[in-house]
Amino acid sequence: MSAEALPPIASPPPAFAEAHQAERIRSPWGDAWKRLARNRPAMLAGLFLLWIGGTAAAAPWLPGLQDPSAQNLVLGAAPPSASHWFGTDELGRDTFARVVYGGRISLLIGLVGTLVSLVIGVSYGAVAGYRGGRLDELMMRAVDVLYSLPYIFLVILLLVFFSRSILMLFVALGLVQWLTMARIVRGQVLSLKQQNFVEAARALGAGDTRVIFQHIVPNTLGPVIVYTTLTVPAVILQEAFLSFLGLGVRPPDASWGTLVSEGARLLALFPWLVLFPGLALSLTLFCFNFLGDGLRDALDPQDRRDVG
Amino acid sequence: MAAFVVRRVLLMIPTLWVIATLTFFMVRLAPGGPFLSERDIPATAIRQLEKSYGLDRPLGEQYLTFLAHAARLDFGPSYKYPGRQVREIIFEAFPVSLELGAWALLFAVLIGVPIGVIAALRQNTGADHAAMAAALAGVSIPNFVLGPLLVLWVSLTWFLLPPALWEGPQSRVLPVLTLSTAYIAYIARLTRGGMLEVLRQDYIRTARAKGLPERAVVFKHALKLGVLPVVSYLGPATARIIMGSIVVESVFAVPGLGRHLVNGAFNRDYTLVLGVVLFYAAFLMVLNLIVDVAYTRLDPRVELS
Repeated sequence: MSAEALPPIASPPPAFAEAHQAERIRSPWGDAWKRLARNRPAMLAGLFLLWIGGTAAAAPWLPGLQDPSAQNLVLGAAPPSASHWFGTDELGRDTFARVVYGGRISLLIGLVGTLVSLVIGVSYGAVAGYRGGRLDELMMRAVDVLYSLPYIFLVILLLVFFSRSILMLFVALGLVQWLTMARIVRGQVLSLKQQNFVEAARALGAGDTRVIFQHIVPNTLGPVIVYTTLTVPAVILQEAFLSFLGLGVRPPDASWGTLVSEGARLLALFPWLVLFPGLALSLTLFCFNFLGDGLRDALDPQDRRDVG
Repeated sequence: MAAFVVRRVLLMIPTLWVIATLTFFMVRLAPGGPFLSERDIPATAIRQLEKSYGLDRPLGEQYLTFLAHAARLDFGPSYKYPGRQVREIIFEAFPVSLELGAWALLFAVLIGVPIGVIAALRQNTGADHAAMAAALAGVSIPNFVLGPLLVLWVSLTWFLLPPALWEGPQSRVLPVLTLSTAYIAYIARLTRGGMLEVLRQDYIRTARAKGLPERAVVFKHALKLGVLPVVSYLGPATARIIMGSIVVESVFAVPGLGRHLVNGAFNRDYTLVLGVVLFYAAFLMVLNLIVDVAYTRLDPRVELS
């Protein structure tokens, strides 16, 4: 529900080839980086994400982190304390460890789901925009129709009626997210393909595939990076939504959505079981959105102020 | 205009047919069946049940029957609510979901738009930054986290409002608040962006130059175009609110349509699931059409095509 389809940025960043020629003057990516670095909150959000991601990735090797599945039925559900920072659940499992391991799954799903949508969306949009004409019209009409489908119903049905495997989850999430990416890339390609460097590449004998993926796609990177940053939280949120309905990751694995869902059932008794996973999820989504906003400001050539 | 509407309405038919076909076969080809969960039913009784619901006919025939009936909004009897028609269940539950969603959308616009306008007028001040940070936070908190937390504080700690159910005006507050927060935040962001875009335009400078008071410039001239992004977001917002209300209805035990969709799917109540999906799909398409027409009314630069 958060990261929305952003309108594509109108004019593209200068071509790589041109940028290399103008190396002495200034690289556009360097400019963008300087603008981003000056945006303190966005940098902070990025650092926080690196920290969360690093913790989640290194979880099995972190000293002192408890086993997330180790039960302690004598202890049962205990509120946060010095030995269990986030408390324990009704089986005595350490909530902090469960949140860290839940982050592994949530982030992994967010990244892989985004990658799926990135690959499909970029190729689809690039081909449609580059070939143009009837093919473009046909491909984009298909996207329009898919847009108007109440896909969430279909995803729910898909997951209830067929296997509830992680693979199916990726298919379902990837299926949903590539549409906007395809539209953004197509719009970019449409304006890029008229430019001189594309004609030059073609004059040098480059085939369609080479022109599309070597020359045009790299120049759409700015908007693609921004939208990718905003797709990750969207996928994480979708997965959490499905997990909350009992359709996502299945035990013994648990994503943040699963943890919130389990905790919500015992809300009145053990509120910390909702609070901490919910906080981890919300903070992560917040940082991704903040970073995405910062990247858009940094990469938006319409709003290019001089960097001193 | 009339031609546009007619064409869009005609386009709905094939789209609905695609959805109906997809859903029908997805439901029927899935492993398991509606009567497999009841363990003690003898095989003959199951066959009897299937026969009475027409499930013993060839799949193609079932499909055609389903289409013919669905065209008349007749989805047949529910499998899990004995003796009840799916149509009855939908007509009973939909008003609840509609009320929940309509309140949420209304709040989103009534609160989100003013916040966005104020933020745009005070661009890059502390108030603007604070409002936008709050809006981003609002967008980032999932409703299934917000809902339980609100219940925890408002209902279980301070005993201010009922934690669940849909009885009386007090019980509406928490579900509507939970559902609308993300949209208030998102609409505030959209309005701010739209207003900033418009306030840079030449006609605004003209309006100021001819000596109009700032209030008239903002509310008479700028706002009209500044809220256009919000108007075009209302279509997708409705779709998202329907999705969100599935969660909110289950958090607050609200007897709406969203719960029937999820429970129906889990219970393999085929007719109910098909009915709800088709009903929502048609509802969304009609709403999107209305939004598109409203958009052209507000923005004379856009032509319907």
